[in-house]
Amino acid sequence: MKLVLSSSPHQHVRRTTDQVMRLVLYAMVPGVLAQLYFFGWGVIVQMLIALITAVLTEAAIVTLRKRDIMQALQDYSAVVTALLLAVSLPPLLPWWITMTGSFFAIAIVKQLYGGLGFNLFNPAMAAYVMLLISFPAAMSSWIPPAELASHAVGLSDALSVIFTGFNSAGYDLNQLRFGVDGVTMATPLDFVKTQLGQGYTYSEAIGQAQFTDSLWSSASAGWTGVALAYALGGIVLIQQRIISWHIPLSLIAGVAVTATFLSMLNSDLYGSALFHWFNGAVMIGAFFIATDPVSASTTPKGRLIFGAAIGFWTVIIRTFGGYPDAIAFSVVIMNMAVPLIDYYTQPTVYGAKRAVKQTEGEP
Amino acid sequence: MPYDFDQIVERIDQQKLWTFPGGVHPDGRKHLSNQTAIDTLPLPEQLLIPLKQHIGTAGSCLVTTGDSVLKGQVLTSSPNPFAVPVHAPTSGKVSAIEERTTAHPSGLAELCIVIEPDGNDTWAELAPIENYQQQDKAVLLAAICEAGIAGMGGAGFPTHIKSTARKPVEFLIINGIECEPYITADDRLMREYGWQIRQGIDILMHLIGPKVVVVAIEDNKPEAFKAMQKVCEDCAAIRVVQIPTKYPAGGEKQLIQVITGREVPRQGLPADVGVMMFNVGTCYAIADAILYGKPLIQRVVTITGEAVLKPQNVWALIGTPVQTLLNKAQYQIKKQKVPTVIMGGPMMGFTLPSVNVPVVKITNCLLVPAKKELNLNQRELACIRCSACADACPVSLLPQQMYWHSKAGELDKAQEYNLFDCIECGACAYVCPSEIPLVHYYRKAKSQIRIQRDEKEKAEKSRQRFEARKARLEKEQQEREAKHKQAAAARKQATQNTASAAGDAAKDKVAAALARAKAKKASQAEATVAPAAEAPVPENDNKAKVAAAIARAKAKKAQQEAASEAAETAESTSSPADAESERKAKVAAAVARAKAKKAAAVQPAESPATNASPSDHAPAEASSEMSAEEQRKAKIAAAVARAKAKKQATETTATPAQPADDEAQTATEDDSPEAQRKAKIAAAVARAKAKKQAAESAAPAEQTDSEAEQADDKTVASNTQEDDSPEAQRKAKIAAAVARAKAKKAQREAQQNSAEDNE
Amino acid sequence: MLISSLIALGLLALLFGLALGYAAIRFKVESDPLVDQVDALLPQTQCGQCGYPGCRPYAEAIANGDDINKCPPGGESTIKDLAELMGVEAKPLDAAHGEDAAPKVAYIREDECIGCTKCIQACPVDAIVGAAKQMHTVITDACTGCDLCVEPCPVDCIDMVTINPTTASWQWDFNQTPVGDIPVKVVS
Repeated sequence: MKLVLSSSPHQHVRRTTDQVMRLVLYAMVPGVLAQLYFFGWGVIVQMLIALITAVLTEAAIVTLRKRDIMQALQDYSAVVTALLLAVSLPPLLPWWITMTGSFFAIAIVKQLYGGLGFNLFNPAMAAYVMLLISFPAAMSSWIPPAELASHAVGLSDALSVIFTGFNSAGYDLNQLRFGVDGVTMATPLDFVKTQLGQGYTYSEAIGQAQFTDSLWSSASAGWTGVALAYALGGIVLIQQRIISWHIPLSLIAGVAVTATFLSMLNSDLYGSALFHWFNGAVMIGAFFIATDPVSASTTPKGRLIFGAAIGFWTVIIRTFGGYPDAIAFSVVIMNMAVPLIDYYTQPTVYGAKRAVKQTEGEP
Repeated sequence: MPYDFDQIVERIDQQKLWTFPGGVHPDGRKHLSNQTAIDTLPLPEQLLIPLKQHIGTAGSCLVTTGDSVLKGQVLTSSPNPFAVPVHAPTSGKVSAIEERTTAHPSGLAELCIVIEPDGNDTWAELAPIENYQQQDKAVLLAAICEAGIAGMGGAGFPTHIKSTARKPVEFLIINGIECEPYITADDRLMREYGWQIRQGIDILMHLIGPKVVVVAIEDNKPEAFKAMQKVCEDCAAIRVVQIPTKYPAGGEKQLIQVITGREVPRQGLPADVGVMMFNVGTCYAIADAILYGKPLIQRVVTITGEAVLKPQNVWALIGTPVQTLLNKAQYQIKKQKVPTVIMGGPMMGFTLPSVNVPVVKITNCLLVPAKKELNLNQRELACIRCSACADACPVSLLPQQMYWHSKAGELDKAQEYNLFDCIECGACAYVCPSEIPLVHYYRKAKSQIRIQRDEKEKAEKSRQRFEARKARLEKEQQEREAKHKQAAAARKQATQNTASAAGDAAKDKVAAALARAKAKKASQAEATVAPAAEAPVPENDNKAKVAAAIARAKAKKAQQEAASEAAETAESTSSPADAESERKAKVAAAVARAKAKKAAAVQPAESPATNASPSDHAPAEASSEMSAEEQRKAKIAAAVARAKAKKQATETTATPAQPADDEAQTATEDDSPEAQRKAKIAAAVARAKAKKQAAESAAPAEQTDSEAEQADDKTVASNTQEDDSPEAQRKAKIAAAVARAKAKKAQREAQQNSAEDNE
Repeated sequence: MLISSLIALGLLALLFGLALGYAAIRFKVESDPLVDQVDALLPQTQCGQCGYPGCRPYAEAIANGDDINKCPPGGESTIKDLAELMGVEAKPLDAAHGEDAAPKVAYIREDECIGCTKCIQACPVDAIVGAAKQMHTVITDACTGCDLCVEPCPVDCIDMVTINPTTASWQWDFNQTPVGDIPVKVVS
């Protein structure tokens, strides 16, 4: 009788990579719904564009590399990358920019490094940084949250703007960006940065229209809701043990500590911790982006350092850098530091502590 | 140490234990097999006993094919302390000792003793130790070793080595954790044989003298816990504790951490932190060995999995084929997608290549999973560095890094990530969402590293041997050159003294020739005696061979030395080789001369005349032709001849052949084969010389010639008589070898020719 | 202007050159001579398949610029290590010097041995014992499988025997399992 041989263990917990990735996708649903609610259908369109581009790119490159296509697609990693990139983009970004970004994320950042598990950088964030540097104007053309916008953006409008540049009524993107008060709306971060640059104080800046309808006086309408929705999804992920608490917590703490320190130095110039938390991509970054396992640190201590450093750089770049938001930059910077962090934060192996002591004790 | 003994005991009493990092919670499935009492098996048709069933070295086999053995009879022995013997599990006949597939993941064959039971199950005489408390510890340890006990928890480390306490032991931990899913062998053993385990614990306490004994049982075995509590309640020093279920809590280092909070240092032993640990099965076996004198010939094995109808525990004799156990539990092959039998548990067990593999001392479970029972399909995906493995690792390793480097073949880097601290528990691979067989990679890397290490050692050894050889050759070369110089110097001196030396030399030659002639005669006498003397002493043949080998080696050495000098000597001068051999020859010749004179006195007319005249010519010619080697041979002949000369003397004084024969016989008996051989050599050499002489001085040497012929005939006759004697065989072999050598040479030449032709 | 900048740059170059030169001498790292390092990587079979009489001579040759791919017993891994040490491209094994084969040991068919000691003289590592006219035998542990004893034997009684994998030398390769055509699923 022939028996089949295999190596132990023969038992396996029933959670696989694709399940992990699918759970991440489910956890994004609240955030995406919030974005849909506040910023219209554009986000869904962007997601579709990015998704299709990513999957096609992945399939094409995997074929070129002569690997198993189905296996590569079934792990859902391309889907997750595409969606993370899409939700970070301005909702009415021209379609070809989204496509470029999605292609860049999969082809250059991921597959050229050897595919899933081998990429040094977080693909979504590296692509975002590339787009931000290449198309700075388009990438900062956020439309105002729905309740502040002068023109509501429906599905057909969104499609039309993204693919043609004009909506059905003939307005272009810049016209759509006018707020109710007739001023071009920027993101709160952008706005505050501009205001500070013009000599206004921080408290004066956040007294403006964007912040009137917000949950807290220091955060902005829409953005707060989106951030909270993503945080909710992230907490579910932690509860499901898909991600560990280390990176989100340390990242949020890193933001808080840095921001609080700066605002204590000069509250007129620097935003508070709450301002930084609930504006821009801090929450989605903390729970969904920085926790990308491939490019993040893998040791318990290393994860804390990794997260905290991202938080630190985010506030520093937002405050002193040229770009309004900085999660993408911070993540990419820290991705580069991961091998170093991992090397120096190896956990103490069983029995090693005492061994060190003993060797010290020996004459 | 973070906690001292009292604090730890206090915590144990309060059931406040430590924990280890990581760990997983696989489905235990213990209820499958722990419901029924331990059953017995029918006697199988064949038992396969691998010689090595433990960590360490195998003993050498004490039985041969066809031997009858009794139950419990020891089958192997070894002087190595790391070897434990194996025993016959039942009475029967050894039907074979050969390589069979054994219980090893590789499925490679190892040497096994195959026993066919006779069905009587007759015990060998048992030697239980009475009043072990009064016995010396060494006696008990020896008894444990003799009983063949090796750790029954899975590692198979020889128990007598482990229990030899070198450091004071505070905690003696009895491991009844059995953290692997499915396995219930220890569970049932504790439930049913608690008392005997207790006896084993008592013996270990006597041996080791711990301050406290902790019996650790996982909290998913409440019955076993109660049973052990019951048997241990009278002893204040024993504490039975429940350990939270978490895999791999039963690992030695992990359990020590859970109970004492201490960590065994790397490359250290549990004894380094005052702990010693034994499996409950080992305790049972120790009690068997000491109190009943029974060696370890059976153990409890769990047969479980959904592909057997009746999962259960059985007492299986060591060596029982797996097939027998599967039959007992009613294995349903149809319930499996592909036939798979796992020896051990699902986490650390290994798949068997065949059902004829025997149960060994460390076999605790046979797992036959049904189709969807275990997630066996290993659909390996890329590592996404999710570090779930690092979270599950009980040793706080970084499995993802080790995997990365192991897979890439960067073995030194893998080692940097402490590859060798991995206990191969499988927790990492269990949780891996990409289903990477991580442990498999580690095992491969580890074995590669070990082999590389061995290769490196071997290369180093080879290098040393090579260099030593080179040095030796160089030294020899130098010595040779030095000798040449010396010889040249001696030669110079010698030529100056030629005139005075020549006369002496000539006389020597005469004497030597005389001696040779004597030798011939002697050999004739001897040849008749030799076969008779040789026949009854076949045992001496070997000795004789050894002696002969030594003699030959010496002869060869001397010959080599002499030869190197001979060449020069021969071409330059007629004076004998070097000073020393000359001197020796002189002495020998002088003695021979004295003997010869004596002989001549008795028989003045004949004997000298026959030999003297040719030998007068011969030495003169011989000295120019004979190389030093021949001179040396002549010396041997002379030496032998001396003894024989006496005999001749007695013969010529008209005494009958009787005493001479007697003497020869006593001589052969005294220094027996060696002397015989020497005599033969002498005879052969003498023959050769005689012929030469005869050719050179034909007329006067007639008698000698005929004598030589006679000798030849005799030798040939004796050779044919001794056809089956080793000597003859050897000669035949040499002849064959020479023939082969010639054939080879011819072949090579032919090849060369053909090669040349081709060119 | 042009001249002064040229002079300045030239002076700077000189200065840095001197500094570097000084550092090279002052902070020289003492390391094993290259020959020793190369020798340590070679398998020490002393087989001479490279065309040199032993591993050390080949190591010397490599240090003097010979090709690194002449060592069949070392195989690809040795070539890789040598390439790393010498800072050159790893090349495939030069087939002219033999092929990378499984490790072997010499085995003397003792019945046929005539005790000529020729193999003893040929063995580079003294791994054959025996006396003249007595059968010889190989010390398996010391034998490097170099093949050199096979040719001198006048009666062809030396075989090169492949070392079979044992449970101790098994490298978790299920393909080595001699059961035959078992379906092995584990990726290796």
